[in-house]
Amino acid sequence: MSEMTLCEKVLARASGKDSVTPGEIIEAKPDVAMSHDNTYLVYRSFVDTGATEISDPGSIAVVLDHRAPASTVNAADSQKEIRRIVKEFGIGRFFDVGSGICHQLLVEDGIVQPGMLVIGSDSHSTTYGAVGAIGIGIGAMDMASIWAKGSLWLKVPESIRLEIAGAPRLGVYAKDIALKMVSELGPMGADYCCIEFHGSYFSTPNLSERMTLCNMAAEAGAKCATVPSRFFKNEVTHSDSKSVRACELPDDKAEYGRELSIDAGALEPLVALPSLVSNCAPVSSVEGEPIDQAFLGTCTNGRLDDLMIASSILKGRRISGGVRLIVTPASREIYLSAMKNGIIETLIDAGAVVTNPGCGPCMGAHQGLLADGEVCISSGNRNFRGRMGSSEARIYLASPATVAASAIEGKIADPRSYLR
Amino acid sequence: MNLKGKAHKFGDSINTDYIISGKYKFKTLDMDELATHVMEDLDPDFCSKVTAGDFIVAGKNFGLGSSREQAPLAIKHAKISAVIARSFARIFFRNAINTGLPILICRDADRIDEGDELEVDLSSGLIINRTKEEELKAEKLPPIMIRILEEGGLAEHLIRHGGFEV
Repeated sequence: MSEMTLCEKVLARASGKDSVTPGEIIEAKPDVAMSHDNTYLVYRSFVDTGATEISDPGSIAVVLDHRAPASTVNAADSQKEIRRIVKEFGIGRFFDVGSGICHQLLVEDGIVQPGMLVIGSDSHSTTYGAVGAIGIGIGAMDMASIWAKGSLWLKVPESIRLEIAGAPRLGVYAKDIALKMVSELGPMGADYCCIEFHGSYFSTPNLSERMTLCNMAAEAGAKCATVPSRFFKNEVTHSDSKSVRACELPDDKAEYGRELSIDAGALEPLVALPSLVSNCAPVSSVEGEPIDQAFLGTCTNGRLDDLMIASSILKGRRISGGVRLIVTPASREIYLSAMKNGIIETLIDAGAVVTNPGCGPCMGAHQGLLADGEVCISSGNRNFRGRMGSSEARIYLASPATVAASAIEGKIADPRSYLR
Repeated sequence: MNLKGKAHKFGDSINTDYIISGKYKFKTLDMDELATHVMEDLDPDFCSKVTAGDFIVAGKNFGLGSSREQAPLAIKHAKISAVIARSFARIFFRNAINTGLPILICRDADRIDEGDELEVDLSSGLIINRTKEEELKAEKLPPIMIRILEEGGLAEHLIRHGGFEV
């Protein structure tokens, strides 16, 4: 039997085959299928297929996070419908308003485990690779086909072996490495590919950092991204299923379409300039650019370590007059931990607005939209024109540390001077 | 299937926020209403310029960004008959096929200019530019995708076959 990458192993198992090769089209059954506020759209397409029952309700997860709590009557109507659908069809896992962001919750609750195939109707479903799973983002119709038939069509992606070596210097975080990755690959450099991460950077297990990296792989077009569980064996819950556990690691002689490397130790803090994620530059090159809003949150960087880094910088300081700092914890658990640790108090003392857990203003639905001509520095994942409100606003992406330092100065700032 | 119409030209990396902004996708699921906002941030008058059957012609990586299926659906409801691009981002690509919006990958898409009159034969992938009297060839899609497109989308495919015909 041919040697396979981690992704190929998972897809072979999910399609009931001994092996698969890149380019092959398969019918795959996911272990977990997640949809969020677009579940009502999924349901409409599910009805269109003529199905009357969900094939495997236990494998379905639904999370209300994108505009939670509802920002419009339409949103409220749709969420009401979703609650009815969850009940009527016996959907296994439901996370209502206030629980947090879908990707965070599925990892936090141990629903996603190494070697699993997870399909999500959200483009950042690549995040599940942080626990050694294969997470693939699709649209509502594909999710409807999973509800109806238990499966979907997939093209087996070519795998890219991306080695991240070294330890980052002071002020450099997983987000900076992720921005470097996207700028090296370009916005379509990993299109239709799986990025399989390796390298000494992963020798210290840090789930949150791996989530940031796998999450941002989507911005290079990746279909999925994953870190083999050898790097974090004792940090996560493994599946009870022998066949799932057999897919946790790639074969030694697996073939990769490309091999790339990033020296994490050589990086300085980066920002993505408006309005493309791959448009990266050292923070030093845009220092002093005035900002109106700083946003700390999202499935990319709204976790406890992110809030902790920001609060360590903001402790005993105030954000600049005229600047809004919006903080959106990625989950209720993170929110509560941050409260118990005094992080939330520090952030509020510094002048932050803390929202309920969820996606916050990341995709321009609510909780802090931008006006014409305004500038935002965000710890999120996309800086497209119009993403967070006005199409005449500009968005920079950066690490939580850079976001916090910039909020203090009211202009884009290098976090390193606050860390020494 | 033969399609006829004029080209509306866009550049590289047209993302799903440009195709249909998040602020509208959360407002309504009425696709005809969403269709009036297609490409609004790039061209506020886009919708009124489209005659039924016209094409969107773009550069590389069309449809990058979010998984919103409203993107191909709103284009379809704006009466665009097909999108021709040098390449597509993967989620948009599969959403287009699943919702029955024809797409053509054509490396020479940049030879087409704004307003050119086009004729497209979907099954062969032949694009005839009547304005320039030039023939361009699009890549052939895998058979399963052509079948789903011809049947009008994945829902119809599943009804007709009771499952996937991979």
